[in-house]
Amino acid sequence: MPSPDHALVARLRAGDEAAFVELVDCYDVQLRRLARTFVRTNALADDVVQETWLGVLRGLDRFEERSSLKTWIFRILVNRARTRAVREARQVPFSSLASPEDGEGPAVDPTAFAADGTWAQPPTRLDAEPEARLLSRELRGHLGEVVDTLPEQQRTVILLRDVAGLDGPEVAETLGISEGNQRVILHRARTRVRQALTEYVQA
Amino acid sequence: MRLFAEPLVCQEFVELVTDYLEGTLSRRERRRVERHLRGCDGCDAYLEEFRLTVRSLGEMPPEPTDPHVREHLLAAFRELRA
Repeated sequence: MPSPDHALVARLRAGDEAAFVELVDCYDVQLRRLARTFVRTNALADDVVQETWLGVLRGLDRFEERSSLKTWIFRILVNRARTRAVREARQVPFSSLASPEDGEGPAVDPTAFAADGTWAQPPTRLDAEPEARLLSRELRGHLGEVVDTLPEQQRTVILLRDVAGLDGPEVAETLGISEGNQRVILHRARTRVRQALTEYVQA
Repeated sequence: MRLFAEPLVCQEFVELVTDYLEGTLSRRERRRVERHLRGCDGCDAYLEEFRLTVRSLGEMPPEPTDPHVREHLLAAFRELRA
């Protein structure tokens, strides 16, 4: 996890290489993951991520700390990725990505419930580190691979909302979908991630 | 409108969790959810896990950067910021 933003930004502005390495190690893989949902190939995603980092370096003096550093970086990526996708004319409009896995129906498997709608088996407790109220380091280590298995729309929305920290209206606007639709997709994505994590706990 | 809303069952609750956390439920629905949570340990646990999952996604641990990428970016850093 990165240092608190303010201190990190000050170090970056002062030309501290270690601070930059820390930042790259925190976000480069996550940025690649998101870039890949906007453009067709890994090579294009690599270009977008590189342009993002250059944008970060060039824009650092203009960063006003009104959002977190992370959210600011991801916003730069979204802008670069959209520009690139338009230029390459390869972007499939988000709303037309009708993945059957994103389908209708309930997000939670109905077999989790008895006929009267109560839990067939009470939910498995994910093993939380009490002081931070976070998942254990081991479980958190699986989050990336779990996100990678989501259908594309869900992957995009959960990366923008929960990983990058954009708010609902901004995500809806970015993807050209309604806020309600954004929430439905987000709900499916979060439900799947939680479910996948419980499978690691039980394994 | 009925005076008392139907009690919520667990299977409905799990589909409302995101709307509940986003604050987009009507007051009436919100009260149904809260009433259900007070009496259901399973759903209370589910909500807690759901929150934990969301929060942890915001604090994903670093994953190793490709060493070539890192070298390349460091060179750019030296050129632009040092």
